Amino acid sequence: MLPNSPPDNSIGILSAQSVRIEQPLTLACGVVLPAHDLVYETYGELNDERSNGVLLCHALSGDHHAAGFYEGDDSPGWWNHYVGPGKPIDTNKFFVVSLNNIGSCFGSTGPTSINPDSGEPWGSDFPSLRARDWVESQKLLMEHLDIPCWAAVIGGSLGGMQAMRWSLEYPDKLLNAVVIASSMKLSAQNIAFNEIARRAIKSDPNFCDGRYLQEGTAPLRGLALARMIGHVTYLSDELMGQKFGRELRIGDLIDRNTDPVEFQVESYLNYQGDKFSGTFDANSYILITKMLDYFDLSREYNNDPVAAFGHAKCNFLVVSFSSDWRFAPERSREITDALLAAGKSVSYVEIESDKGHDAFLLPNERYENALGGYLKRVASTVCVPTGADK
Amino acid sequence: MSQDYSFISDWVAPNSKVLDLGCGDGSLLLNLQQRHNILGYGLEIDPDSINQCIRHGVNVIEQDLNQGLTNFADGSFDTVVMTQALQAMRYPHLVLDEMLRIGRECVITFPNFGYWRTRAYLNFRGRMPVTKQLAYQWYDTPNIHFFTYADFEVLCRERSINVLHRHCIAEHFPDTQLKSLWPNLFTQTAVYHLSRQ
Repeated sequence: MLPNSPPDNSIGILSAQSVRIEQPLTLACGVVLPAHDLVYETYGELNDERSNGVLLCHALSGDHHAAGFYEGDDSPGWWNHYVGPGKPIDTNKFFVVSLNNIGSCFGSTGPTSINPDSGEPWGSDFPSLRARDWVESQKLLMEHLDIPCWAAVIGGSLGGMQAMRWSLEYPDKLLNAVVIASSMKLSAQNIAFNEIARRAIKSDPNFCDGRYLQEGTAPLRGLALARMIGHVTYLSDELMGQKFGRELRIGDLIDRNTDPVEFQVESYLNYQGDKFSGTFDANSYILITKMLDYFDLSREYNNDPVAAFGHAKCNFLVVSFSSDWRFAPERSREITDALLAAGKSVSYVEIESDKGHDAFLLPNERYENALGGYLKRVASTVCVPTGADK
Repeated sequence: MSQDYSFISDWVAPNSKVLDLGCGDGSLLLNLQQRHNILGYGLEIDPDSINQCIRHGVNVIEQDLNQGLTNFADGSFDTVVMTQALQAMRYPHLVLDEMLRIGRECVITFPNFGYWRTRAYLNFRGRMPVTKQLAYQWYDTPNIHFFTYADFEVLCRERSINVLHRHCIAEHFPDTQLKSLWPNLFTQTAVYHLSRQ
């Protein structure tokens, strides 16, 4: 794809915006952020009734750049396949808001920001976060954009957790929640993988107890290792078999050969790890994996998911993928069953895919039809944007 | 809107909760939503049907009925409906029990294998009937349990199921005239409204 001629069905070239939210944000842990910065992008136009706003919630390593291209960039945003004109999240119909959440590292306030009290980067001192803190911060952005109610809040994985949390915290502020490849809480196995990733980061001598920015270094190897572990869990055995098999990139496994040998999958994983550690912040990774671990939708509702969802007023679409073992279809069925028992409007689709957890980001016709069909229906209940074609 | 659906909607109370097992494109639930403002959910496994439900604004859950309905609590629905699918279930009698566990009432429609044309087909041609309603060859049919109006009456008696209403559907003359006299012979599609005794 050429950077200067983005495909017709993409949003095209755009740039991010930012806002300093001056209203104090009291976090779940009790710490108050007197102000915080949010970086975000918007796609499409807000209609006169201000009723066609859609919020995208990113996952662990996501950012605000969900769709379109930056000037000079040859790769689009992380959800470009699903967000754009005529796409399932149709920017001809919706005003889509995608932000980088606090605690992350792409411009919004997080561990790499300066702590006003110390004048130094927050680093590992950045306060512990919960999914609800992201929801609270998103609510402040919603007020800044003067959107009274979201037509839909949409997210995959940790993003789905935010969508569910929205439905409980602000039941009157969203009409639909789309919960993709998510869970009401992580399993022990899931927490275990996250802890291995955190340990990998902390074991890097350059981690310096989280003060690596002050020391002018970064735990790149630890973070790369953390990402490699995560990456394997986001794919399926089947897909890795198809993609790499036992293909060798270097060398040969014949007898009496002492030359080095490298499998394709090794090279791929190392590349992915290094690429990630060059763009993501290690403290953010620790912070957000903990946020995933701590998430438990119904903890404050006597551990009763039905009672929790009793507070929701919106309609739900729940989506899972057959080969996703990190956020297995069973977890989505639990969400669906709780919504059913709570008498909420819900549809559930289990998409056949061999792409593991990552399937929620990748092209898949059935997924596109289900998401697109659902949102078309949503669009018909909110108004057509001013100036846009029908 | 096919004929058997209109009977069903007469038996469903306004604002009630309805579960449709094997809901297809969701048209029955859509009709009940529009007519009676019900809260409806359909279970379906066919991807195209699921998409149509979603587009129609009908709640649809992707779930295989043969895997059981244990995720639904006792008495959690007013009415559980199953149209033209009982004959395709692995254990129809257990599905019936489940329907009456989950719903206060249930509505079932099925093709009557005792219909005279079906009998004539088997009798004279000596081959398994392939009709408009049962449009499959024996080897690829999803309909794995063939039963008649009379068979279903016996099943309801044996399992102490209360028949609130029964309705016989026939398309052609003279079946339309004779179905009330000899239902087992002249009914093409049987519609039952059931409850636990």
